[in-house]
Amino acid sequence: MTKAPSFLRSFPKNIFCGFVVSLIALPLGLGLASACGAPPVSGVISAIVGGIVLSIFGGSHVTIAGPGNGLVVILLSAITTLGSGNLQQGYLYTLAAIVLSGFLLLLLGFLRMGSLSDFFPSAAIQGMLSAIGVGIFAKQFYVMLGNEGSGDTLSLLSKIPQEIYDYFTLSDASIFYAGFIGILSLLFIVFYNKISNPILKFLPAPMWIVLLSIGFYYYHFFNNRSYPIDATLLVSLPDDFLNNLVFPDFTKVFEWDFIAVVLSIALVASIESLLSIKAVDQLDPFRRRSHVNKDLKALGLASVLSGFLGGLNVVTVIARSSVNVNQGATNRSSNFFHALFLLLFLLLFSRVLHRLPLSALAAILVFTGYKLADPQNIMRVFKVGKEALLIFMSTLLFTLLTNLIAGIFCGMLVTFCVHIFATKRLGLFLRNFLKPNVLMYQEADTGVYYVSILHFCSFLNYYKLKHKLEQLPFSARVVVDFSLCRFVDQTVMEHLEAYGSSFEIGLGHMEVLGLDLHHTQTAHPFALRIFRQEAPLPVKKHLTRRQLALRSVARQVGWEYKSFAPVPLECFKESHYFEGKHVDMVKNLLSHSDFMLCDVIYNKGLFIAREWLRTTLLHIRCKGVVPDFTLDKEGLFERLRYLGNKQVHLHNYPDFSHRFHLYGEDVQAISDFFSKELVCFLESNDYYHIESTMRGLLVLKHQRLSSIPEVKSLIDFGKRLHQLLPFA
Amino acid sequence: MKRSFEKILIGIAFSSSLKRNILEATRLSKMFNAKLIGVHADEKTAHKEKTLQDILKTIPHSESIEIIFKKSNPVKVILEICKTKKIDLLILGALQRENIFNYYLGSIARKLTRKAPCSVLLLLKRSLMKNDYNHMVVNGLKNNKTSYLIEKAFCVANNLECKKITIVEEIAPKILAVKAEDDASLNRVLSKKESLAEAEQNRIQAILKNIPKNLSKNMHIKSQSIFGKTGYSIGHYARVVHADVLVMHVYERERVWGRIFMKDIEYILSDLPTNLLLIKS
Repeated sequence: MTKAPSFLRSFPKNIFCGFVVSLIALPLGLGLASACGAPPVSGVISAIVGGIVLSIFGGSHVTIAGPGNGLVVILLSAITTLGSGNLQQGYLYTLAAIVLSGFLLLLLGFLRMGSLSDFFPSAAIQGMLSAIGVGIFAKQFYVMLGNEGSGDTLSLLSKIPQEIYDYFTLSDASIFYAGFIGILSLLFIVFYNKISNPILKFLPAPMWIVLLSIGFYYYHFFNNRSYPIDATLLVSLPDDFLNNLVFPDFTKVFEWDFIAVVLSIALVASIESLLSIKAVDQLDPFRRRSHVNKDLKALGLASVLSGFLGGLNVVTVIARSSVNVNQGATNRSSNFFHALFLLLFLLLFSRVLHRLPLSALAAILVFTGYKLADPQNIMRVFKVGKEALLIFMSTLLFTLLTNLIAGIFCGMLVTFCVHIFATKRLGLFLRNFLKPNVLMYQEADTGVYYVSILHFCSFLNYYKLKHKLEQLPFSARVVVDFSLCRFVDQTVMEHLEAYGSSFEIGLGHMEVLGLDLHHTQTAHPFALRIFRQEAPLPVKKHLTRRQLALRSVARQVGWEYKSFAPVPLECFKESHYFEGKHVDMVKNLLSHSDFMLCDVIYNKGLFIAREWLRTTLLHIRCKGVVPDFTLDKEGLFERLRYLGNKQVHLHNYPDFSHRFHLYGEDVQAISDFFSKELVCFLESNDYYHIESTMRGLLVLKHQRLSSIPEVKSLIDFGKRLHQLLPFA
Repeated sequence: MKRSFEKILIGIAFSSSLKRNILEATRLSKMFNAKLIGVHADEKTAHKEKTLQDILKTIPHSESIEIIFKKSNPVKVILEICKTKKIDLLILGALQRENIFNYYLGSIARKLTRKAPCSVLLLLKRSLMKNDYNHMVVNGLKNNKTSYLIEKAFCVANNLECKKITIVEEIAPKILAVKAEDDASLNRVLSKKESLAEAEQNRIQAILKNIPKNLSKNMHIKSQSIFGKTGYSIGHYARVVHADVLVMHVYERERVWGRIFMKDIEYILSDLPTNLLLIKS
């Protein structure tokens, strides 16, 4: 992993990134604010304050702060309801709510509640984001056509065809031109990504829209024609915004609807910010971890300041941050410069920005809303499973029908009900909900971090698993074992996937084990995993990540892969390791001529609790009869006693006898078997437990399943061992 | 060899598992070289007497078993006999939940575990096969009784012919006092963890030095530090490594508060990972 370059060295680059981001942030800020029903300048104020505060006090590295999509819906309803129709007064009340929600975020930061967003099921969050997208889309579609829609989201949506019809039959020139610019802007932004023209790509699409529509005005101006769009359909900015700052009105502080607004702003702002911070951490080329709680505190402070200056609240945003990363930003200074450039634009060009039609800004937002609520999302969620779709749709609909807070909590409730219905075990959740269920320790002999999870792992207790994983450097080797866990949900699988890629880039390795016997409905890696003791399925339709990886390992080395195989008894019958144990199943068989590598699922005899044990082993078939022996390093396997055999000392190799414990009956045959080359090989390689099964050798390392790198080295060890055997 | 326990008590209930329980108890008493006393908390009837005798006839070395019949509350009777007969090990059986993964304690066994004046061995359903105590996990939590516990564990391990002992030091996350929130704090956490684990290892090594040589001979000794909730991690660890016996300190009486919010040993009692030996010092 490369280290981030020094601050001074990357300074010019970060200034440039700040500039590019500010080009997008300006139209978005203006647009988001007018979509909220607030003065357009408030969005830019929020970006300026956010950029400055976050770059000084924040804990993340390349995120950009400013007004967010998620809050549009809440702020719009807050401004209209709190002001009882009077937008200006409603705006002042909402500013007060923004200030208070900023204090709430500060509090969350000090209470280290940065893990809050982990409590929400991912399908429900997707549903909520889609609902926000639908809300923005429905409202802004009217503005784009030079109109102003009113009513709730669903009725707005249903009237869209009527609106299009009205637009084309209307004779008002002002509305026609506004709508015309809106539609052109929308077409431009839709096709912008499909055209690769270096001149076109010089500026981001929103900035082009701003420049072109202002150009449209100056075209009329220089040709001495009157501008066809009415002033009410243009952005209104104060000429001198520093002297026109407004201040919040705190008179409604103790009213219930005001408090509800404060709470929803704080909730959505924290979820949106935490999600973006997490997403941007994935984008960071240097894989730094953000200090989430520090960021929350900074966001809170920024929202308080922004509210006092008449700006919207500040969240961290994905889209602008990803542009920032793509331009090569390396640290927080780009966020600072983005704010500085915005301030400069506002001071120098506010007269020019006056000419910007609202419909052009609305077109940008229609596109943003559409991307949030992309109908393809439904397909994507459906691929995960029917349950995920149910959660997604119910959250989406409930959010549209009521509000965001009710929607997300409805999503949580539905998720919980779906989990109970899917597992048919309410007790599993109720009994184990509060119990700690995650064990993590570092294996002394291999240095691998082993994480085992009991009972169930879902959005309800994911934070416990996350807490353990957070304590690992991304360069570590980690094995996450779900074999004792009876239920794993989408949220957990999704988070683990993200961790997996972080470890991959940090040059570590993380692998999820033990899901082979869990039932799934779909082949999607995030599908629900349910273990049914009464019917552990022998053959599975859908392979897990590990099985797919094993299959590709098999292809690489030219072996054959089978996900399930009949128990090859001849390999285990004579072995000491399986003496007194009962082999139930053999899974993930990789075989090639004399070699056979598989996961064995066994139990400690019929009369004892039938808890399954799992191990990965390699069997090498030999042409001749192998003398009965067991080779072990001190204390790794305790089963030696069954042998009842004495320890064999190879007198020619005192070092070997000192390091390894070799047990067996026929001393002469064993001494013959261990040739000079074989002893040298064993001494100079990684340690494995090796024992004879008369017709072959059994090689294994752990009393658990092996991860993919471990399987690879086991195969390699086996191949080289095979060449040294006397009768290979 | 030093004797771990001198008198062992088992409760007898006339159920389907009676034979297996007695068989296991006689086997253990022979291994510990201890006297076995059985108690049944009901009246002595000819029928019961006969069933019992029939079973004892089939079991080797069962002649020395003393059986007491006394009609009363089972908890009361057993606690009383523990005191009067100076019992030093009480053997109790665990129940299995409807699905086959979970074991838990019945109400009587739970009460007895809480109140017993002596060491307690909680057994899961066991096989009829011999020699299945192979791996013992011992709690090495820092305590004024730790060295006693570890020595006793070695003693028991020798009696049970157990060849591998793992001593687990649970380190509560509280002791870390730093939280991993970004790269800088993560590095602090890692180095602090390393030094804590090393200190724990040194402490255990010092205790192990004082164990008599004849007890630790031929024994594979390992120690493992785990950062996690005390009482919980060791149970989960015992389960993951398929330990056969878990050795802990005897239950300390808790007030109501401690029972609502589960602590230490309660985690293990509510979901027994393996056979559990609670040592009273």
